[in-house]
Amino acid sequence: MSDQRPLLEVTDLVKHYAVRGGVLRRRVGTVHAVDGVSFSVGKGETLGLVGESGCGKSTVARAVLRLVEPSSGAIKLNGTDITGLSKAEMRPHRRSMQIVFQDPFASLNPRMTAGDIVGEPLAVHGLATGRAQQERVAELFAQVGLRADQMKNYPHQFSGGQRQRICIARALSLGPSLIVCDEPVSALDVSIQAQVINLLIDLQRKNDFSYLFIAHDLAVVAHISHRVAVMYLGRIVEIADKSELFANPRHPYTQALLASVPVADPKAKRLAPMVDGDVPSPINPPSGCAFHTRCRYVMDRCKVERPALVEAGEGHQVACWLNDGTGRPE
Amino acid sequence: MSEARKDDTILDVKNLQTVFFTNSGLFRAVDDVSFTVRRGETLAIVGESGCGKSVTALSVMRLVPDPPGRVVGGSVTLEGTDLLSLDEAEMRDIRGNRISMIFQEPMTSLNPVMRIGDQITEVLRLHQEMTAKEAWAKAVEMLRLVRIPEPDRRAHEYPHQLSGGMRQRAMIAMALACRPALLIADEPTTALDVTIQAQILALIVDLQKKLGTGLILITHDLGVVAQTAQRVIVMYAGKKVEEATVEDLFENPKHPYTRGLMASMPAVISFGAKTDARLNEIPGMVPSLTNLPPGCAFAPRCRLAVDRCRAEYPPLQEVDGDHFAACWRATELVGVP
Ligand SMILES: Nc1ncnc2c1ncn2[C@@H]1O[C@H](COP(=O)(O)OP(=O)(O)OP(=O)(O)O)[C@@H](O)[C@H]1O
Ligand SMILES: Nc1ncnc2c1ncn2[C@@H]1O[C@H](COP(=O)(O)OP(=O)(O)OP(=O)(O)O)[C@@H](O)[C@H]1O
Ligand code: SF4
Ligand code: SF4
Ligand SMILES: [Mg+2]
Ligand SMILES: [Mg+2]
Repeated sequence: MSDQRPLLEVTDLVKHYAVRGGVLRRRVGTVHAVDGVSFSVGKGETLGLVGESGCGKSTVARAVLRLVEPSSGAIKLNGTDITGLSKAEMRPHRRSMQIVFQDPFASLNPRMTAGDIVGEPLAVHGLATGRAQQERVAELFAQVGLRADQMKNYPHQFSGGQRQRICIARALSLGPSLIVCDEPVSALDVSIQAQVINLLIDLQRKNDFSYLFIAHDLAVVAHISHRVAVMYLGRIVEIADKSELFANPRHPYTQALLASVPVADPKAKRLAPMVDGDVPSPINPPSGCAFHTRCRYVMDRCKVERPALVEAGEGHQVACWLNDGTGRPE
Repeated sequence: MSEARKDDTILDVKNLQTVFFTNSGLFRAVDDVSFTVRRGETLAIVGESGCGKSVTALSVMRLVPDPPGRVVGGSVTLEGTDLLSLDEAEMRDIRGNRISMIFQEPMTSLNPVMRIGDQITEVLRLHQEMTAKEAWAKAVEMLRLVRIPEPDRRAHEYPHQLSGGMRQRAMIAMALACRPALLIADEPTTALDVTIQAQILALIVDLQKKLGTGLILITHDLGVVAQTAQRVIVMYAGKKVEEATVEDLFENPKHPYTRGLMASMPAVISFGAKTDARLNEIPGMVPSLTNLPPGCAFAPRCRLAVDRCRAEYPPLQEVDGDHFAACWRATELVGVP
């Protein structure tokens, strides 16, 4: 867990996309993909990021890795603000941050062998070539539970779970301090999901790196994370230690989300949806608290004033006007 | 099977066999699968990707693409009629009328260039004597039944004007318009967000109770099974490996594969669990149907496998009252994994 300075510090991150229309491609609206998000990830810590489709999770991930340019906000890695860095200045930081995507097939070059895919970052960064590279790749294969003789195989010769192992090996190759996992097990079968989650947990124990772990499956996030942040329409509405968040959720949206998860226990039948309606569009999102259109505790104030993410307990932050801005105890 | 149960059986599938002819040879996508569905009952079919859940449903609907697929054995009896003996015209009278199917992706059943109201009207008039006006009124009523707000206005809209959750509701409205005896829902909520999933599942279960429809719910999510089904069949590599009431299945799973699935799920209710607790994983991977091992298909991944498992396929046997499993060692397995 984190002690001193956090490894990653994100402050007021905003990413807007223009929506263009008409023949002149004029700006007709703005997608508020990420709308003022702040969080930190400690060394060796896993921060889970949950929320429904389109709430901005992947955009946060891409902005952290500088795969998209944020509209505003600061991203500090080991204390250095990387938002304004040039390509050359980014180079050493690129090594410390890696990503694993949801679709292991789309993210692997079908014409490269698995060994070359995993070894490529080593070559690009000039860290190992030839025999040394081969040896390092074989080591990485062993770490993720693949056999060295599989290095010469092509992606299509692997199952979904094995392909995700290849992606993880490639992410490990440069010895990163942060691995961003964007839905790394969502495409996998349940029995294979468990294998990959175990692998991610084992690797963190050994290497002490941090994860920013994105998934829409609450059970998976709950399992792997130390802390969890809940996003809704581009904002973090609640963030706390895992056990605290799941035992004492304070934001009505978090509560609805938890209540919606179908529990694998027939005696706990509770198919009672806690929220009605659909998630509003991130183009012109609702004023004030973005959840106010679906919240059953909505007050007048919620429709006009946006609640800030504030301390509601030790290490527990919530953005809700109830109880003087500390949310609603369940 | 008791008399009472036999009476309200609406679907009786016996020894269903569906094969595919492919470049790499023939394989059995559905191999000797039997089950029944009673009026108002929900039967869940669970299993991992490729185990034959959808092909089972498509076989019942007589929608298996031929070529490359074909139902080569067994019987499918719906309300006393043997569906496998019907010609295509007779089958068209049944589909959308006595059995309906809904899919993960609503656009597989919705026509993008037709207004929602017209689509439901069309189904109604195909199967029932109704004027256009009566059918439109019924369509609006169906949209109200699936809780689409402002159904009068929505009926005039096209599918792309609706959100994902709304489209799913519209598809359900269309599927239930003729009050079918049986609804087959193939992963109806897999593509939806969890808060919307909860709404749609609650809706399906509620309507099914109201209308007395039998429901086959196909899913890979044991949480969804626990929350909706009365009975469950578990499939692995084309075969039914376990069948039980939902309570029995979760309290006392008998097949090592079912037990493995349950143990490998991160438990949602124990949110407080230690972070670095490893999950119990099922080793290896799902076998390819073109290359099944002899004997029990689960043997290469099963910690309990013995020589006999690798040589002889275990028959499906009643291991407990109304609880069936295809495993040589099922009776040794007791309690929650
Ligand atoms: N390049 C882009 N141009 C315009 N809009 C975009 C772009 N990328 C993302 N968006 C929009 O930004 C919002 C946030 O998208 P994002 O992919 O971050 O969501 P997400 O939480 O990762 O969703 P999912 O769970 O579906 O992956 C969405 O409304 C999306 O449509
Ligand atoms: N049209 C087809 N041609 C050839 N093989 C097919 C066809 N449709 C299905 N199959 C094969 O039949 C087997 C069973 O497929 P099915 O779609 O029933 O799986 P499923 O259990 O529904 O999986 P999923 O959870 O991924 O939907 C698979 O091996 C699949 O590849
Ligand atoms: S701020 Fe108001 S609308 Fe938003 S979650 Fe809290 S009570 Fe609901
Ligand atoms: S028959 Fe043998 S291999 Fe198959 S599930 Fe039972 S114990 Fe395992
Ligand atoms: Mg995403
Ligand atoms: Mg399927």
